[in-house]
Amino acid sequence: MEYGIVIGLEVHAELKTKSKIFCGCSNEFGGQPNTHVCPICLGMPGVLPVLNKSVLEFAMKAGMAINCEISRYSKFDRKNYFYPDLPKAYQISQFDLPICKDGYIDIDVEGETKRIRVNRIHMEEDAGKLVHTEGYGSSAVDVNRCGVPLIEIVSEADMRSPQEAYEYLTKLKSILEYTEVSDCKMQEGSLRCDANISLRPKGQEEFGIRAELKNMNSFKGVLKGLEYEVKRQTEILESGGEVVQETRRWDDEKGVTSSMRGKEEAHDYRYFPDPDLVPIEVDEEWIQRIKDELPELPDVRKKRLIEEDGLPEYDAGVITASKGLAVFYDECMKGYHNSKVVSNWIMGELSMYLNENNMEIDECKIAPAQLAEMLKLIDNGTISGKIAKTVFAEMFASGKDPEVIIKEKGLVQISDEGELAKIVEEVIANNPKSVEDYHNGKEKAVGFLVGQIMKATRGKANPALVNKLLKEKM
Amino acid sequence: MIISKNDVEHVAKLARLEVSEEEKEELTGQLNNILDYVSKMNKIDTNNIKPTSHVLHLKNVFREDVAKENLNREKVFLNAPEHDGEHFIVPQVIES
Repeated sequence: MEYGIVIGLEVHAELKTKSKIFCGCSNEFGGQPNTHVCPICLGMPGVLPVLNKSVLEFAMKAGMAINCEISRYSKFDRKNYFYPDLPKAYQISQFDLPICKDGYIDIDVEGETKRIRVNRIHMEEDAGKLVHTEGYGSSAVDVNRCGVPLIEIVSEADMRSPQEAYEYLTKLKSILEYTEVSDCKMQEGSLRCDANISLRPKGQEEFGIRAELKNMNSFKGVLKGLEYEVKRQTEILESGGEVVQETRRWDDEKGVTSSMRGKEEAHDYRYFPDPDLVPIEVDEEWIQRIKDELPELPDVRKKRLIEEDGLPEYDAGVITASKGLAVFYDECMKGYHNSKVVSNWIMGELSMYLNENNMEIDECKIAPAQLAEMLKLIDNGTISGKIAKTVFAEMFASGKDPEVIIKEKGLVQISDEGELAKIVEEVIANNPKSVEDYHNGKEKAVGFLVGQIMKATRGKANPALVNKLLKEKM
Repeated sequence: MIISKNDVEHVAKLARLEVSEEEKEELTGQLNNILDYVSKMNKIDTNNIKPTSHVLHLKNVFREDVAKENLNREKVFLNAPEHDGEHFIVPQVIES
């Protein structure tokens, strides 16, 4: 039988405020264990949590960027469960009145736009971290992360393939990056994704029994974990079995999911309104003020790059998916006119070096203006396109200006006709066979001769001039 | 009877409370009495009354986003039954 896939995602994003959600402890990532703590986030009796105003505004901003309705009235609730990473034995979260609801994100699916609905976004505090030491019969707890502000973004079960889930997550990440509410680093855990996934016979309306997937620590992990789960559930259903409703853990190394625990008990959270925190009322004026702060979002920016700069849709999509790249592009365009050339260098050399070095664009030593400068040096004939790659590599390594590198390394292009002519003549004299081939109609021979000239000039010969001289002299 | 003995057992388990058979009977009775008492409110017509989502009449109490100094480690561990100077130590949590 053929099965249809149904996926919904729950994404947690850590907000990059200066302090925690309910106390003034530092919200910086890392830090020695248990140094970013105070009586409030340690869950001492008698303390009073007070909401960080920026957390609310960041959540509103994220909500607006995801096309949500902002709740005029919202409150916090206690979610009760025992686990050593949660000193109070309850997590302060939002239950029935979340700050944002009913939004959506548009994704591209095989060239078509598909709308994925977002059910809600709520604010909550993060829990601490357990450090497991094998064989000691004990676990170690670091409370630094307790009280780190989170938003949880809950989608509807609108995704119909692992690839759609991947696209949704990618788009969500780029929106959050643009609004600057979160770092969105999955490896550091500032963006985390859980998935609900079920199968149903093609044509059936009703959803099948779902499994909840956890511990997918990268975008690839989300894709692979979901693909694995599709395979697993298909096999169960094909053999006449029933999928068990449970939480499963993705093991990236082994490439499998395994059952974590029964769900029934774990989900009896007994929510109730937190009496320590007062309700939140947001008026139109406040909403408008946050709206005015919203930056240009990925979709709008992509459209601008296509319509105003004439970039191909693919290029515009790649560049605007990352805010860092989009800013780099825009800055570079201030000093250079040809958008496609800029895009080629960003998607080509720049992305290649960033990937190779596992770096983010904000760690890159090349300033956009320096790339623009280098492109102008190609246009005015100072360097060839090929030499430019050498110059670029050096710029990436040292952050030096292209002119300085060209001067230091003697990379200026040879465009002097007299000087080049001598070399061309020499190469012709040394390669009579190739010259003969050329006269017999073998165009390929030219390529070989150009190569020889480039070798003799260590790549510095002006290619256009070399071609011209070669043909003249043969 | 709204609350059964099963409910008492379930809630006790969630709250990690050990309750004897005798106490279970006693608590079942007490909890039912409380709910009976509160259920008198069901007789009131609440059609035109907004649900109470919070008991306080205050709203919008915030703090500015400023990081202050944290507690020093000595104080952090003052009440901890067990620690190693860096972490709180708890009985092993079994995952999987």
